[in-house]
Amino acid sequence: MAREVKIYTTPTCPYCRMAKKFLDDNGVKYQEFDIAKDKAAREEMKNKCNSLAVPTICFGSEVLVGFNEAELRKKLGL
Amino acid sequence: MTAAVYAARKKINTLLVSGDIGGQGLTTWLVENYMGYQFIEGRELMQKFEEQVKQFPTDVKVEVGKRAERLSRVGGGFEVRTDRGETYQAKAVIVATGKRPRQLNIPGEKELLGRGVTYCAICDGPLFADVKVAVIGGGNSALEAVDDMVKIADHVYLVSLTPLTGDQILIDKAKSANNLTIFLEYEVLEINGKSRVEGIKIRDLKSKQEKELDVGGVFVEIGLIPNSELVKQLVTPNRLGEIMVDCGSETGVPGFFAAGDVTSVPDKQIVVAAGEGAKAALQAHRYLQRLSK
Repeated sequence: MAREVKIYTTPTCPYCRMAKKFLDDNGVKYQEFDIAKDKAAREEMKNKCNSLAVPTICFGSEVLVGFNEAELRKKLGL
Repeated sequence: MTAAVYAARKKINTLLVSGDIGGQGLTTWLVENYMGYQFIEGRELMQKFEEQVKQFPTDVKVEVGKRAERLSRVGGGFEVRTDRGETYQAKAVIVATGKRPRQLNIPGEKELLGRGVTYCAICDGPLFADVKVAVIGGGNSALEAVDDMVKIADHVYLVSLTPLTGDQILIDKAKSANNLTIFLEYEVLEINGKSRVEGIKIRDLKSKQEKELDVGGVFVEIGLIPNSELVKQLVTPNRLGEIMVDCGSETGVPGFFAAGDVTSVPDKQIVVAAGEGAKAALQAHRYLQRLSK
């Protein structure tokens, strides 16, 4: 997949793990940012994605907050 | 998952359908009362459960990412319909769908969900480093959220409608924090903010005096409601929305069993739910044996 997918996570978030597993299982390449450690990524997620919850998945102008498999499938065209 | 393991050991052809693997266990930070472990993270315990289910790949088929939405009688058995439109038929069914977080249903809650309002403290806690936050609730989940957040946030306000109802060990732990303020017998009237949470308005139940708290995060931990909607065609849940079962996990509809937090069995604990799952599978096995005679 050509587009750049970013996923913002925390290590203790079960829904983040589910979202990553879904992306892995579907061969979607992504960049992961652990916002518990990475302050700059935390600010980017807050300000660019206007989100205060994980997982936040961003690609292009789309922002998905939380793990909703059906929605993610639709938005990624899977 | 325990029911699936017990069913597999009885060589029952079993299908496990669920939106996720682990349910509420996944969002429990530390489990300190599941026998065999002095303490273990909820997600790790659920991973161990999953591994145990997967020991029986020929007997248990696992379908994850599909939430059962409707259970109905078809012929002599049952049909389960999922949120993705698939249907599955079985001679016997065990419903162990657990509970989901209860909402406050106040202005601002829906609008600011994911923008400071959260129902998953262990997921979103780190986002609120050095911010003032409010935890709403007075039970164990709220006290656990307080215990996490006093280490992360600048200040924590605990707002409860009732006196604290959680375990004394958790109450004592929470009260020892010096960045915690507790408001007991207060209700939350609204959550304010334009694009993010900026504050909440609370009211003293006795004096009716209102107060504004300047917070950037609101952790809603006011209990859970049973995921029992799918069985409404077959049985009427009790006033709490729980599926009523007898001591043999039977619902009154032959072949339909229920286990865990979705049922009327008191004490919603992982160890209790696991035991109830085992009982339900053994009862289902007896039922299937009677059917085949």
